[in-house]
Amino acid sequence: MEMPIPDAGVLARKDRVVARLQGALPADAVIHDQAETRAYECDALTAYKCPPMVAVLPTTTQEVSDVLRICHEEGVPVVPRGSGTSLAGGALPTADCVILGVARMNDVLETDYENRTIKVQTGRTNLSVTGAVEENGFFYAPDPSSQLACAIAGNIAMNSGGAHCLKYGVTTNNLMGVTMVMMDGEVVEVGGGHMDSGGLDLLGLICGSEGQLGVVTEATLRILPKPEGARPVLMGFDDNEVAGACVSDIIKAGVLPVAIEFMDRLCIETCENFAHAGYPMCEALLIVEVEGSEAEIDHQLSLIMEIARRHNPVELRESKSAEESALIWLGRKSAFGAIGQINDYMCLDGTIPVSSLPFVLRRIGEMSKEYGLRVGNVFHAGDGNMHPLILFDANKPGDLELCEEFGAEVLKLCVEAGGCLTGEHGVGIEKRDLMTFQYAPEDLEAQMAVKDVFDPQWLLNPAKVFPLAVSEQRRSVAMAAE
Amino acid sequence: MIPDTEQALADAIKSARGPLAIQGGGTRGLRPMGDVLSTSGLSGISLYEPGALTIVAQAGTPVSEIESALAAENQRLAFEPMDHRVLLGTEGEPTLGGVIAANVSGPRRIQGGAARDYALGVRYVDGAGNIVKNGGRVMKNVTGYDLVKLMCGSFGTLGVMTEVALKVLPVPETQGTLMLRGLEDRAAVAAMAKAMGSPYEITGAAHCAKILDDDPVTALRVEGFEASVAYRLEQLKALFADEGADMLIASDEMSLWFWEGVRDAGKFSTAEGDVWRVSCKPTAGPDLVAASGAEECYYDWGGGLIWFLMPHGTDLRARLGRYDGHATRVRGGSDTVPQFEPEAPGVARISEGLRARFDPRGILNPGLMSPMTREVA
Repeated sequence: MEMPIPDAGVLARKDRVVARLQGALPADAVIHDQAETRAYECDALTAYKCPPMVAVLPTTTQEVSDVLRICHEEGVPVVPRGSGTSLAGGALPTADCVILGVARMNDVLETDYENRTIKVQTGRTNLSVTGAVEENGFFYAPDPSSQLACAIAGNIAMNSGGAHCLKYGVTTNNLMGVTMVMMDGEVVEVGGGHMDSGGLDLLGLICGSEGQLGVVTEATLRILPKPEGARPVLMGFDDNEVAGACVSDIIKAGVLPVAIEFMDRLCIETCENFAHAGYPMCEALLIVEVEGSEAEIDHQLSLIMEIARRHNPVELRESKSAEESALIWLGRKSAFGAIGQINDYMCLDGTIPVSSLPFVLRRIGEMSKEYGLRVGNVFHAGDGNMHPLILFDANKPGDLELCEEFGAEVLKLCVEAGGCLTGEHGVGIEKRDLMTFQYAPEDLEAQMAVKDVFDPQWLLNPAKVFPLAVSEQRRSVAMAAE
Repeated sequence: MIPDTEQALADAIKSARGPLAIQGGGTRGLRPMGDVLSTSGLSGISLYEPGALTIVAQAGTPVSEIESALAAENQRLAFEPMDHRVLLGTEGEPTLGGVIAANVSGPRRIQGGAARDYALGVRYVDGAGNIVKNGGRVMKNVTGYDLVKLMCGSFGTLGVMTEVALKVLPVPETQGTLMLRGLEDRAAVAAMAKAMGSPYEITGAAHCAKILDDDPVTALRVEGFEASVAYRLEQLKALFADEGADMLIASDEMSLWFWEGVRDAGKFSTAEGDVWRVSCKPTAGPDLVAASGAEECYYDWGGGLIWFLMPHGTDLRARLGRYDGHATRVRGGSDTVPQFEPEAPGVARISEGLRARFDPRGILNPGLMSPMTREVA
């Protein structure tokens, strides 16, 4: 993966930049020792590593503002970082950058149950937002698999989703307001405790902008009352396409499950060996979860099982208790870890129209044979967000490259099927060079024009989202202007 | 001008020599200066996949056409867009593009989200005549910046939408409304908060001070399968057993009529005066109402949206002072009081910067959302 050549001028100014940052932050918040900066050399896309020039860990919006103002004046690129769990390389540094980590900003600033909002510093982890309100019967809905570790800052940057967003939406649907620091240090407030914006929907624009428009330090999030209960049904099929048709029928029938998860044979077997969840050995497995009172759950599950029976399932197991539910989810939730135990893998994130599911799964199977690399499929079937896991051997020369080539072909297939390159992980560096496949030059130009407005010098996370060749002119003009 | 293809619309914008007033069905009472550029020639549903809960249509497609296509599959636009004709006495057909450009959402906003939450993709022509697409037709998409949200609620000032892809939802089996009578505003907002903090999934929460024999009415709507709706209405009644308010479960007809009225501000349709919408924190509502000195008002969105009827020309914002939210005038004109809430300086600079990039000549609905700061080129 190509990254821009570090700016020699910036590297030469390192001592001055460090000194200025030390003047603005507590001593332990500026990390510039080469051994220590290595802790920030990558995120969860571990195939790519580069220690930053400096890493800073501010604790307040004012400190973030000071850092950005200094970097702006010094012409230093800044890469914002939440918890570093990005699978797309969203927090991958360049050698000439300052990593701005918000991990120390994890306070709850306000909980407001009457208005159903919580205001937090964005370094707070996703799960601990729910942790702060669950005693009072509330939760924060978006639930990415990394929710134990991932920060709200990264969730906002990538507009993260999760298994339950079929019903509750993704981050952008649950974000009400932000405090954001612009690259020049100016602090702006967008949205707040009320619904919808008065002017342009800048909040919608900021969410999912991958840390390229500003650094969000505080966020007002919508919290929801916990449902009375939730239970899944597990169903097994001996054919992927039949499982796909079953998903479509459930959705059409007017039942709206909170989650519909899909796993194929490779994933079923691997997860079963790992988690012993009692999964049936078959070609395709669905986990469909519904919410409500006991009677409501019974009613919805009975409708769903009636639909499933029309598709001749090899297994149909309704959870009858919290323990059974946990067991059904156990395998699915450990899928990435389980596969990671048996093999190196690359996790894709394309989304397709649900109707194209059978076709796309068949094509991925054929391509798997062509490339000689095995693929496991585990994904959010209700909304067509696929996660093909391509297995490869990191120690075998050329295997990673082959895997990346295969991955790119799968993502192109998603786009051809009417879908997109990424449903919830973000573009980062990983899908950057495929953007021209989904978007025409004028489409990308419109997006880059937005960055021009927020960050005219292209200093914030500049090497992400847009193909380097496409953004080169803007980045080099900015560099020359130093 | 009524172009009948996207390319013709792009050409019209490219060759425009002055301001353009962008119009869908023209039902929302907006009268920006300039030659009218209508999207009504771009009409028709291009793709509808009920099993994927997705519909794609040209921007000028009448909302009624979309709603009847969805109804045939027992689906609907879940954000419940208002029909402005009732309040404004306008004629014509509301269009999909208009709904999205104005981000029009009704009572179900509190549970299901706004129009912007259902918009999956757009095609639009910017102020320079470039045809641009963003988003797509799938429910989860984080590929690049979300310009779809930016176009929603931009009132045609950034670009003219030509096509919109939407997420749709199934129509629930039934709906039901519990009405509490006699609650004062503060008690009503607290009651709505209590209901919305319960697990019974309220899809409408409104409070009217004067309707039905002039008794205040606080209404809570639930939707879903019949047995579930009945169960949740009973649970809600139990929740409020100690409040001392009269409770009744509205008939089906009454419930439908009531929520349509809340959605369309039907209450103010024949009354004299300006009509304002104020978005605020629900608990702040009663104080804002007291400060407004309004003749009439009602609360929607559990108190997060307040509709005010004010004497002509009132500067409602001056009366409300500072609060977390914003006010928009939906009916009535004024030379001195802006229709849209002026933005805070930092945000205004960003918005102005975006307008300058998306519409470099400043010809798309100039001055509609914000004061004109540039000469129309």
